[in-house]
Amino acid sequence: MSASHGGVLKHHFEDIEQQRSSERIGMWMFLASEVLFFGCVFFAYTYYRYLFPHEFAIASSKLNVAIAFINTLVLLTSSLTITLAIRACQLGQRKALIATLGATVLLGFVFTGFKAYEYAEDWHEQLVPGTRFNEEQFRDVKSPIDPTKEIHVDRIKLFFSFYYAMTGIHMLHLLIGVGVVFYLFARAVYGNLTPERYVAVETTSLYWHLVDVIWLFVMPLLYMAGPHTSLHF
Amino acid sequence: MSVASVNELRAVPDESPKEVRHKSYLEEGYSIWSWLFTVDHKRIGVLYLVTVFGFFLVGGIAAGLIRLNLLSPSGAILDNDTYNKVFTAHGVVMLFFFLIPSIPGILGNFFVPIMVGAKDMAFPKLNIASWYVWMIGAAFAVWGLLIGGIDTGWTLYPPYSTRSSSASVLPGALGVFISGFSSIMTGLNIIVTIHKMRAPGMTFGRLPLFIWAMYATSLIQLLGTPVVAMAVLLMIIERATGLGIFDPTMGGDPVLFQHLFWFYSHPAVYIMILPGMGVINEVITCFSRKNIFGYKAVAWSSVGIAVVGFLVWAHHMFVAGISYYAALLFSFLSMLVAVPSAIKMFNWTATLYRGKITFEAPMIFALGFMVLFTVGGLTGLYLATLGTDIHLHDTYFVVAHFHFVMVGGMVVGLLAGIHFYWPKMFGVMYSDFWSRFAAVLIIVGYALTFAPQFYLGLHGMPRRYPNYPPEMRVFNVASTAGYFVQGVGFIMVATYLILSLINGKRAGRNPWKATGIEWATESPPVLHNFEKTPVVVCGPYEYPLNVMQTGEKADVR
Ligand SMILES: [Cu+2]
Repeated sequence: MSASHGGVLKHHFEDIEQQRSSERIGMWMFLASEVLFFGCVFFAYTYYRYLFPHEFAIASSKLNVAIAFINTLVLLTSSLTITLAIRACQLGQRKALIATLGATVLLGFVFTGFKAYEYAEDWHEQLVPGTRFNEEQFRDVKSPIDPTKEIHVDRIKLFFSFYYAMTGIHMLHLLIGVGVVFYLFARAVYGNLTPERYVAVETTSLYWHLVDVIWLFVMPLLYMAGPHTSLHF
Repeated sequence: MSVASVNELRAVPDESPKEVRHKSYLEEGYSIWSWLFTVDHKRIGVLYLVTVFGFFLVGGIAAGLIRLNLLSPSGAILDNDTYNKVFTAHGVVMLFFFLIPSIPGILGNFFVPIMVGAKDMAFPKLNIASWYVWMIGAAFAVWGLLIGGIDTGWTLYPPYSTRSSSASVLPGALGVFISGFSSIMTGLNIIVTIHKMRAPGMTFGRLPLFIWAMYATSLIQLLGTPVVAMAVLLMIIERATGLGIFDPTMGGDPVLFQHLFWFYSHPAVYIMILPGMGVINEVITCFSRKNIFGYKAVAWSSVGIAVVGFLVWAHHMFVAGISYYAALLFSFLSMLVAVPSAIKMFNWTATLYRGKITFEAPMIFALGFMVLFTVGGLTGLYLATLGTDIHLHDTYFVVAHFHFVMVGGMVVGLLAGIHFYWPKMFGVMYSDFWSRFAAVLIIVGYALTFAPQFYLGLHGMPRRYPNYPPEMRVFNVASTAGYFVQGVGFIMVATYLILSLINGKRAGRNPWKATGIEWATESPPVLHNFEKTPVVVCGPYEYPLNVMQTGEKADVR
């Protein structure tokens, strides 16, 4: 039986559909686990934002919302390209498969590049608590919500702790995704990613979409917690 | 009698060399690499067996040091700082490296595919990866315990763990973090296997109840572990970089860590107890020769425990300054968990009723489980009650309660499972007399160790203290004596089990005359578990009908 599927069927499955649905459901289970993983840090962040809305608004205003916006578009586009890759793989269109997987990897790198630029900017603006943080810049800043409120710079640091933790863990997930998609890309180039093996692309795309969706939560939580009066680059 | 029929008679005996016998999984390879690079779920189960009991020994020695120290009111052998490190080592090793991976790792890996009638887990490579990830996590933790020890208690509460403690918290916490992934991998694998790998005829209503219990356990592993992973990760970040996520001096809230930690760690006690309950179903039905009383109720109570277990975590923080109304709610929800647990207990009792009970070692352990777990469960209600918890919180009453549940429940459940399935795993029988003797000894030892601690806690002896008033000495000495009784029991278990591997008599396919599908294959099973894909025709406990799940006669007495 395995011969009829080009050696795709693993020995312990009865038929190829059983194998495919196992791989699919396995990925969904993993994603459920990931949702709880990120849900935990989202909860903690939201709790503190509820406690310290003024400081979080001030700190959020320091972030570069323009880059975050561009990056959102980049990720959404990459989700489109990887979805097209599934179709290309199923139909055996090798060129389209290589193109869409390549584009996905590229968009992943574009996102990482922008984010790295943003991190460099944060470093330059001395916004890294514990290592390089200039408290002076927050000395006379007033809360955009209620200017009479006293501002505690420690809580601004708390915001940045979450900023680096959340974007950092997200970026790590993205890089793992880029690695996996690049592996698929290489297999497509070598002609090894045949239509029988399309589930590999499909499960990878599920993961990729999750990383995308998580960004859709990270972005408003962090970048839209305060007003942005001027866009800077 | 003709010549032909004599030859036929000769051919019948079970160990005929002429019959084409497939190699068992143990004979597939003998080199160390054939074990370390295996993807066979049975061999992975055996790898877990060896390593899990290795950690049990380490954690047990730490427990011994604690008990020895408490022989004297002023601390007999350890200085206070070392005492902190020893009880932390005991907690970390026993919870993360013994209890959590024990039944899922050993019996789950070995028997879930067999009991659903599959050739292997859904993801064999992920399966062996889970063992390696677990070993890496364990290496970090052991490294942390060796180079300086961890003195925070297993709960790793900040700000002490992030600010004050000078001990090597980082490697220990990293070890916990990494081993969590192994737990997720195992859970994921088991869930997909149960959903997708069932043999023809193996409907959800015919699954052995052990499988239902493992399913519920795996759900908790899958959905709970990531939360503690993130909590510990944030704690690690805080300690390593000086950021103030849980540090009150920088705006953080240490109680938040406790919420996130217990959101996992309370359900984690169900990771530890549910598989034990699963084993008990198999053993009780087999040795009372009856069908389980109320299959559906027992099956769904496992799921019920998993679900309600996620809603009770804040009962660990009744005195940590959470709001009064939250405490009230969590108190109520905590008591609610007693309902599905009680359903199981009543159903087991009803299963025993008018059964043909025999007292083989697995059955003695199973009955011990029922008694010890009931004591542990009922004393849990004292702790779930707000008023009494104020008095009992952080006393030896709590210690006694969770040891009755975890040790009296899970360890005894694990031993019941190991004894029940040993002939299937290795194809040999252990000494009948010594196993019964050791079972009684261990159960009595447990009761002797932990029952006095209820009294100590009720009279105010705090947990984690290295010393106590002299009036309490007699109870502490009794407890230490109990530890040694258990210890002797365990040495006996280890001895006769190892001896059985050397010269135990062959067990045959179905030594207990049980009806589950796992008894319809060779002992030890062949590489792909069954010679051909089994077809399941009935439920797992058809003792009254005398049929196995595969439709064969079971020779039930
Ligand atoms: Cu609890």
